[in-house]
Amino acid sequence: MIDRDEVLHVARLARLALAEDEIEPMARELSAVLDHIARIGELDLADVAPTSHVVEVTGGLRADEPRPSLPRSVVLAQAPAVSDEGFLVPSPQA
Amino acid sequence: MSGPEILGLSAAAAAAAIADGSLAAGELFELYRGRAASDRAAGDDGLNCFTWVADEGAAGAGGVPVAVKDLFCTKGVPSQSGSRILQGYLPPYTATVVEKLEQAGSGVLAKTNQDEFAMGSSNENSAYGPVRNPWDRGRVPGGSSGGSAAAVAAGLAPWALGTDTGGSIRQPAALCGIVGLKPTYGSLSRYGMIAFASSLDQAGPLTRDVADAALMLGHMIGRDPCDSTSLQMPGPILAPSAESLSGLRLGVPRELTGNGVEQGVLESFRAALATAEQLGAEVRDVELPHAPHALSAYYVLAPAEASSNLARFDGVRYGMRAEDAQDLLEMYTRTRHDGFGPEVKRRIMLGTYALSSGYYDAFYGRAQRVRTKISQDFAAAFEQVDFILTPTAPSVAFKLGEKTGDPLAMYLNDFCTVPMSLAGIPAISIPSGLSGGLPVGLQIAGPAFSENGLLDAAHALELAIGFDSGAARV
Repeated sequence: MIDRDEVLHVARLARLALAEDEIEPMARELSAVLDHIARIGELDLADVAPTSHVVEVTGGLRADEPRPSLPRSVVLAQAPAVSDEGFLVPSPQA
Repeated sequence: MSGPEILGLSAAAAAAAIADGSLAAGELFELYRGRAASDRAAGDDGLNCFTWVADEGAAGAGGVPVAVKDLFCTKGVPSQSGSRILQGYLPPYTATVVEKLEQAGSGVLAKTNQDEFAMGSSNENSAYGPVRNPWDRGRVPGGSSGGSAAAVAAGLAPWALGTDTGGSIRQPAALCGIVGLKPTYGSLSRYGMIAFASSLDQAGPLTRDVADAALMLGHMIGRDPCDSTSLQMPGPILAPSAESLSGLRLGVPRELTGNGVEQGVLESFRAALATAEQLGAEVRDVELPHAPHALSAYYVLAPAEASSNLARFDGVRYGMRAEDAQDLLEMYTRTRHDGFGPEVKRRIMLGTYALSSGYYDAFYGRAQRVRTKISQDFAAAFEQVDFILTPTAPSVAFKLGEKTGDPLAMYLNDFCTVPMSLAGIPAISIPSGLSGGLPVGLQIAGPAFSENGLLDAAHALELAIGFDSGAARV
């Protein structure tokens, strides 16, 4: 079971605001899924190596050759707010 | 050629007609563009397959146009991954596989609706409304590539591009009565695909028939310097031609063909096995002892990767931003609250929890080990058989709203498709027949890079089953 405080802690880690009426349903839904997932705890996996990626890729790096990047104006065109040719954000400490 | 005649052509047949001069590429493009635009204009009265359709007079690319899942970045075309947080986003570049299709003559006809960030099995998680199943408008098309599947089944696009993380090509293909192929992980570049779970995400075709799937796959394969996990396949993709399964050993894992699969689906599956035997295949039981745990491992690993991938949506560089935040942290948290839908929030929370201090070993670490066991199960099975057969989805298309209140019930749709995703192996879904008037999917899976053999086996079965791919055309 995952409780209200745990939901709020994880939401803080995820940089996700939750409205008051979203907290209890989130706790309930996550608990149901985690109960199901917890069944993997029954397996004996002591000597099993973890898999992070199924395909072995060696020499996957491309040649380190400089290429032109996208023009600044193109990149900034999709930003919600810009200033002085950069991304504009609220102050970290208002 | 008349409109209905053109509409009756498979993508491969249309490509051949263009090549021999009996069909003009511009005419083909405009026919489908008009049909797609009508669906979009119909709003709630249509199927809601598309989030964007090419303008009248668009040039096409000289071949058979393609509908592209919304999450593929397409330069200057809205690419929103079904999410409000990317509403109106116009990428400055195009995904590699979309570029490759354009180079092969397949211009972008439309962008297709999908579950938000590819998280879902019913297309009800789209910020742009649910897609309807052309077989029954009161039912879901499956997901997450629901718009792509419904568009092909309804004849609103000749073929479509989708992505599959845990079944998102195969399950909607099954529920809409078409063909869907998840290729070997790495055989197609992920560059320009808006990421969900990077170690699982794979693009692939949704098509009317197996030959079309082979043709589209052949256009897209290849190592890409922009995706360091992409691979060169051992050889070209060939047009499938097999009409027999003689000499093939087909395995049936009881772990994925019993409990939890509805009766009508099982009956269609057993009939397909009988057809396979008539075609000369030897059908035998195989064991995938860890397959029942695949779903649990998947719902740790995929959300964990998603929680990391989706950290980039913070209201700074693209997409929406919450207004009037007092400081930077509030801007982040409120933007993500307002921009993400409920399922995406659940997965971000689940993934963050699984990766957080104190839970990492119990969830993420164990899930990675289960993934190893599942790969080993498949490797052992493929020493005894050439391919593995299961139903694609445990049920036919369900009603809109039927499972939205129960995330776990929704996740169980992926029960038969997730094991192959975790192992990175190719799997195709073809229609095996109808149950209660709705299509049932047959899944055929093979070892990594077995695409040519897989497509041949699927082709022989398709021919013998004789499913009418045009039955749901609108």
